[in-house]
Amino acid sequence: MQSQSIRSYLQNKIWITYGLAVSFLLFAILAGISIGTVSVPPKDILFIVGAKWFGYPLPEEIDPMFANIVYAIRLPRVLLALLVGSSLAIAGASFQGLLRNPLADPYTLGVSSGASVGAVITLFFNWSIPFIGKFTLPFLSILCSIITVFLVLWFAQKVERTMKVETIILTGIIFSSFLGSLISLMIALTGEELRQIIGWLLGSVSMRGWDYITIILPFFLIGVIVLFLNGKELNGMSFGEEQAHHIGISVQKRKLLILIAGSILTGAAVAVSGTIGFVGLVIPHFLRRVVGHDHRHLLPLSIVVGGGFLVLADLISRTIIAPTELPIGVITALIGAPMFAYILLKKRGLSS
Amino acid sequence: MIDLKGVTVGYNEKIIVEDMNFHIDTGEFFGILGPNGSGKTTLLKAMTGLLPLMDGTITLKGKKLHHFTSRDLATQIAVLPQISTESFSYEVRETVMLGRYAHQKGFLKGTTERDVDIVEKVMDQTGITSFQHRYLHELSGGERQRVFLAQALAQEPQVLLLDEPTNHLDLSYQKSLLDLIKNQTVNEKLTVIAIFHDLNLASLYCDRLLLLDKGKTKLLHHPEEVLKEKHIEEVYRTKVQKQAHPLVAKPQMVIVPEESATVDFVLDESFLNVREEYIHFSAPYPLKCMSSGIIGAGIGWYRHFINRRVPADYDCSDYQEDMKEFLVHKDLDPSFSVGMMTALPLNNMVCDRFEVQGHSVFVVVTAGVGNAIDVSTSYQYDIDLRPGTINTWVFINGNLSDEAYIEALVTSTEAKVRALHDMNVRDRRTGQLATGTPTDSILISSSQQGELEPFAGPITPIGKLIGRGVYEVTKKAIQRFLDHTE
Repeated sequence: MQSQSIRSYLQNKIWITYGLAVSFLLFAILAGISIGTVSVPPKDILFIVGAKWFGYPLPEEIDPMFANIVYAIRLPRVLLALLVGSSLAIAGASFQGLLRNPLADPYTLGVSSGASVGAVITLFFNWSIPFIGKFTLPFLSILCSIITVFLVLWFAQKVERTMKVETIILTGIIFSSFLGSLISLMIALTGEELRQIIGWLLGSVSMRGWDYITIILPFFLIGVIVLFLNGKELNGMSFGEEQAHHIGISVQKRKLLILIAGSILTGAAVAVSGTIGFVGLVIPHFLRRVVGHDHRHLLPLSIVVGGGFLVLADLISRTIIAPTELPIGVITALIGAPMFAYILLKKRGLSS
Repeated sequence: MIDLKGVTVGYNEKIIVEDMNFHIDTGEFFGILGPNGSGKTTLLKAMTGLLPLMDGTITLKGKKLHHFTSRDLATQIAVLPQISTESFSYEVRETVMLGRYAHQKGFLKGTTERDVDIVEKVMDQTGITSFQHRYLHELSGGERQRVFLAQALAQEPQVLLLDEPTNHLDLSYQKSLLDLIKNQTVNEKLTVIAIFHDLNLASLYCDRLLLLDKGKTKLLHHPEEVLKEKHIEEVYRTKVQKQAHPLVAKPQMVIVPEESATVDFVLDESFLNVREEYIHFSAPYPLKCMSSGIIGAGIGWYRHFINRRVPADYDCSDYQEDMKEFLVHKDLDPSFSVGMMTALPLNNMVCDRFEVQGHSVFVVVTAGVGNAIDVSTSYQYDIDLRPGTINTWVFINGNLSDEAYIEALVTSTEAKVRALHDMNVRDRRTGQLATGTPTDSILISSSQQGELEPFAGPITPIGKLIGRGVYEVTKKAIQRFLDHTE
C-alpha cells in the first residue's frame, strides 16, 4: 500500500522534526549556561543542576563558584529567555492562524504597546507599589497589557458585532499607534531615566533572577494549555470564520479564548523582558515552511524552537562585544529581519 | 426536513429577504434562482444558521435552527462555499479530515477508525484520493472545489447547502460535480439546497426551483413552470427563449442578444450560382434551416446551400465525408453549409420568387422522377438507395416560429405531391401515381427577420406562397426533366 507508506513517512518526518527541535533547544540551553566570561564545562552544569534540583551530591572537583554562577545567574537567565521566546513564538503562531495572516505577530493586537506603557509609566514616575516592591514594573505591565486586550476586543465589537479578523487587526493597529505615541511622549518628557526606559524598550533578560521566572511561569502555563486545546480549531479557522462555523466550530468562543491566551502570553513576556521583536513573527513563519500549517504540531514546535532561538540570541547579545551587553531586541531584529527576508525571497521563488 | 415560516433576514436593520415560506423534503434537490442582489446568498446564509433571523422561524427536523449548537448543526448541515483563497495551505487529506471535527467529541478529540473510513469513502466518491497528499494551493479550481465537497460530505450531513457550486468550474467539472451531488440525493437521501446562476443547470438537476425577485418569492415550482419565458423575463429583465433539452425531459433557456441592425436583403435569385458541378446559394447572412440534406441536416443556422451533381453510378460508402471534402475543396466551410446531391445535369434546375404583401418566398427545385415511387405501396418493394432526385429548397423572407417551420415543411411536401400528380408521374412498379422519389431532400430556411410568423399552414400568407411556389416550380422542373430525357 503506497499511501500507507507515504503516511508513515510523513509521520516519521514530523517526529524527526520534533527530535531536531528538542536537540536544538538542549544545545542552546547548554551553550547559554556554559559560555560567558567564565566558561563552565557542560558536564559540570549537569552535575550542578542535578545537585540543586534532585539532591545528588555535588562532586568535589567542581568549583563552588561555578555552582553559584550557574544556579544564581546563568540558569535563571537562560530559563527566562526560554520562557519569553516560547511565549512569543506560540502566541505569534496562534495569532497568525487566527487572523489568517502570516504577517501577524504577538504585537499585532497592541498588547506589547499596552505592556510597555505600564512599564514606562512605572519607570517614568519611579513608582513602587508597597509589598510588591521591585515587581511593580512587571505587575503594572501585565495589568496594562490585559487591559489593552480587552479594550481592543471591546472596541472591535463596538465596530462590528461579529468581530471579523480584519476589524480586530485594524483596531490593534489603532491602539498600538496611540499607545506608542504615549510612550514617545513620556520619553520626550523624561530626563535622566531615558536610558533606563530605552533599555527596557529594547528588551533584556539579564539580572532578573528566579523571581521573574515565577512571575511569568503561571501565565505561560495557562496560555500554552489553552492554545494547545485549540490547535484543531485554529486549523479550521484558517479556512475563514464562516467555513469554520460550517464544520462545527464555535467560532466566537474559540476566537476569544485564543486571543486572550495569546495576549496573556505576550503581556507576561513583555512585562518580564521588554519588547523583543521578530521572535513571534520569524519562528512560526520558519516552522510553517518546514512542517506546514497544522497547528497541532506548529504550536509545540514554536515553543521549543522559539525558546531555543531566544536563548541563543541572548547568548550572542552578551558575548559578541563582551563585556558590554547588547539589548536582546537588537540581536533578534538583526538576525530575524534578514532571515525573514530570506524566507520571503525563497517563498516568492517557490510560488512563481 | 427543513421548514421556513415567515423568514425575514437582512443586515443591520436592512431587510434583504422577506417573508419566505416553504418546506423542503428529504432527498430533494432544491434550487434557488434570482438575479444579482435578489437575496439568494442571504437566504442560504440564514439556512446555515450564520445569519440571525429578523422574523420567522427556520426548523430542521422540527427543531429550531438556533437551538442547535455549532457542533450539532454541523452534523446535520454542511455547506459548500464559493471558492475562496486561504492564506495557509493544508494537505488535501487534512482538509477533508477537518470535516470530521463535529463528530470528534471528547477532550482530546482523537481521530477514530470510523473517521478514517469516512474520509477514505468521501475522497473516493469525489475522486480526490489520488492527490490526497498534495497541498490545496497546488490544485486547480475544480480539484479544490471537489476537496471542499469531500470535506462537506465528511460531515455526513443530512442537508447540503451549495452557493453557486459550479462557479469557476469548466464544463466537465460542472457536470461531474452536479452528477455526484444528484447521486447523493438519490442514493443517500441527502437533501440539497443550491444557488444557481445558470438557469439551464438548475433546470437539469433540481426537483424544484425557487425564483427570487428583490428579496421576495416570485415563484416556487418545478423547473418546467419556473422556466417560462414570462417569469424569467419579468425577474431578470432580459429576453430569453425557452426550448426543450434535446436528450432530457427538462426545459432549457437561451438568452437572446440585442438584435444588431442587419441590412435588409431579400433572398432571391441574385444569391444563386449555378455551375457545372454544383448549385450554390450563398446567403448574405446565416439562415435558420430545417432540412434533410447530407450534411447540415436537422435544425441549425447555415449560410451556404449546395446541390452537388454526382454521377448516376455514384457509390461512396462515406458520402458525408465525401461531401465535406468536396465543400472544403470549393473553399466552403462545411460547418456553415447544407449539402444535398442529385444525379441530374444541373441545367434541370428551376427557380422562382413569389411575393405578396411584403412576404416573399424563393423556391429552387431540381427534379428527376425516373425513380419515382408511391409512398403508400413502397413497403412492398425492396428499393435501392440512389442519389436524391427531387431536391426542394424554400427560402422564406420572414420570421418563423418552430410550429411555422413544421407547417412549412408539410405545406411544401403537399405541394410537391400535387405537382407530381398533375404531371402524371407514376411509380413504374405499380403504375400508380407517385408521391415522390426514395431520396427526396427538402430545405426550409428563413431569414428570421421582421414580424414573427406563428404559423405557415395553407391559409396563412407564407403558407399560400409556399404552396403555390413549390407547386409551380416543381411542375416546371419535372417538365424540364421530362423534356431533357425525351
